[in-house]
Amino acid sequence: MFSRIRKLQYSLAINEALHQLMESDNSVFVIGQGVKSPWYVGNTCRGLIEKFGPKRVIDTPVSENAITGAAVGAAIAGMKPIVVHPRMDFMLFAMDPIINQAANWYYMFGGKLNVPIVIWGIINRGGEQAAQHSQALHSIFAHIPGLKVVMPSTPYDAKGLLISAVQDPNPVVYIDDRWLYKIEGEVPENIYAVPIGKSAIRRVGKDVTIIGISYMALEALKAAEYLAESYNIDAEVIDLRTIKPLDTETILKSIRKTGRVIITDVGWKTGGVSAEVLSIISENIFNAIKTSPVRVSLPDAPAPASRVLEEVYYNDYKNIVSAVLKMFNKN
Amino acid sequence: MRRYSKKFLINLYTTMLKIRICEESLVEPILEGKIKTPCHLYTGEEAIATGICASLRKEDYIFGNHRSHGHYIAKGGDLKELIAEIYCKETGCSKGRGGSMHLIYPEVGFLGSAPIVAGTISLAVGAALASKIRGENRVTVSFFGDGATGEGILHESLNFASLQKLPIVFVCENNLYSTHMPIRECRPNPYIFKLALPFGIKSVRIDGNDVLKVYEVGKKSVELSRKGEGPIFIECITYRIRGHVGPDDNIQGIHTDIRPKEEIEIWRKKDPIKRFERYLLKNKVISKEDIEKIRKNIEKEVIEAHLVAINSPYPKKEEVMKYVFKD
Repeated sequence: MFSRIRKLQYSLAINEALHQLMESDNSVFVIGQGVKSPWYVGNTCRGLIEKFGPKRVIDTPVSENAITGAAVGAAIAGMKPIVVHPRMDFMLFAMDPIINQAANWYYMFGGKLNVPIVIWGIINRGGEQAAQHSQALHSIFAHIPGLKVVMPSTPYDAKGLLISAVQDPNPVVYIDDRWLYKIEGEVPENIYAVPIGKSAIRRVGKDVTIIGISYMALEALKAAEYLAESYNIDAEVIDLRTIKPLDTETILKSIRKTGRVIITDVGWKTGGVSAEVLSIISENIFNAIKTSPVRVSLPDAPAPASRVLEEVYYNDYKNIVSAVLKMFNKN
Repeated sequence: MRRYSKKFLINLYTTMLKIRICEESLVEPILEGKIKTPCHLYTGEEAIATGICASLRKEDYIFGNHRSHGHYIAKGGDLKELIAEIYCKETGCSKGRGGSMHLIYPEVGFLGSAPIVAGTISLAVGAALASKIRGENRVTVSFFGDGATGEGILHESLNFASLQKLPIVFVCENNLYSTHMPIRECRPNPYIFKLALPFGIKSVRIDGNDVLKVYEVGKKSVELSRKGEGPIFIECITYRIRGHVGPDDNIQGIHTDIRPKEEIEIWRKKDPIKRFERYLLKNKVISKEDIEKIRKNIEKEVIEAHLVAINSPYPKKEEVMKYVFKD
């Protein structure tokens, strides 16, 4: 079976996955704030309510805790819900159903009932939205046993990881970013799965490994191209794709080769996924590292509103380039 | 009286007595330290689980809370697996991973009990939502205590369940205390059932120590929900004879039993089992000999369940990571 591949926007890749998942499995349904409003969820849910009706495309009142709990309960009762949080800041109201209930349910009942739910949180930064509409909270979920956490950066992965997340028998936190929604990439038309727990090597290199998370994986690739052209530094770029469980094998293999590592995250530094990646490297291949690793992440401060402050708060490829140059004593 | 068969009435009585004997059988092993898992005993509240579950079908769902031994038994969970779970053994209903506060028996629709106050209310709403999406004829019951009315999620859940017209019955077991706090210190208005009214939910307050009343209201509520006229809210007034956790409020030596002794005595006289027993004897449904026989049989079953549990293996140490994820 050949599947046509064409260019598709990231958000429309999600939309296609949702259509195909709902068509192929009656137990899949979408629930959350604004699932019929492009203002909330972009065009990710376009056409769903028209095709599948309000029974399976449930727009809800502003009740994150109860709605997420209801999605968890439906999963316990055998459905495959996708519950959406259009700003992941709002998910904080739903920590009990996500952590106490969904993450623990399978374990605390000795494997009696699993919770096949996808909890979809959208990072929604920039635009002077400030502290409560801009947070990237993925590291919190990565800390929790029983949760898997994926963060696709390309349209191909956005579709394939959503399909894997829905098909996984465990709770999966699926985190995307509004900054990614307009990015185009090749996406097959058929249903396909991108495996959870596998990172992707976006560029093969020998001098330094740049590990990127979500949007920063794209910036890492840009940085690597720039470094190759302007400084003859040959960087390997790994897109983590899944932050729990981590693809330890790919990470270690790359760093054994390059001996240098830079990790760039869309979240804060302290206690974040980048710290976990570095710990794994230190624990396993301490002697393979030639120079101190560097983290390019958000400063430990809430997101500011002013565009002037946003400019220094958020990183892009230039920050990664600077970090690499410093590492090579070339700045 | 004549509306019910003898068999039905004896079943109600047997279930209540089974819960009571099970709960009381835990007291000694708790005091001796043989049972460590925190047990929130249901003694005194048996009529609620019994009456409500008698109005349900096997395939109907229920969700419990921290005090759910009674719900488990009333819905038809296996007694041996319950006791084994309380001893945290591999043969328990949750394979020794859950203990007293995490019980489950999916085979009879008991989808789980968990001790985050009000935490399972939205899960029950979700199970009812699943039934609605699938077009099933199934009802879900959510059991929670008066303490849960302080949580915002109850109000969110009532609103959403009503918006969606879900087949769910909310059963609030109001035992007048939220751990140590009397209800008057928790709520300016003691009438919990009124909480559901602004959401357009039919709501009643009943005597939770009257098993026939609970059954009658439960049956009507379940029928209405099944017909698509849910949700329904029932506030059952009751009292726990034992402490919030463990046999007595004083058991850890740090709680002060703030409940007046006279108050406890008053409620002992309203004991739902004694009350139903008097009713059955008066109406000559059963004799004292019958009662003795029923009691002996249950006691035998409970003792056997303890023995099986005590002699069962603990979970294997090397399996501590088992069940984090399903493959």
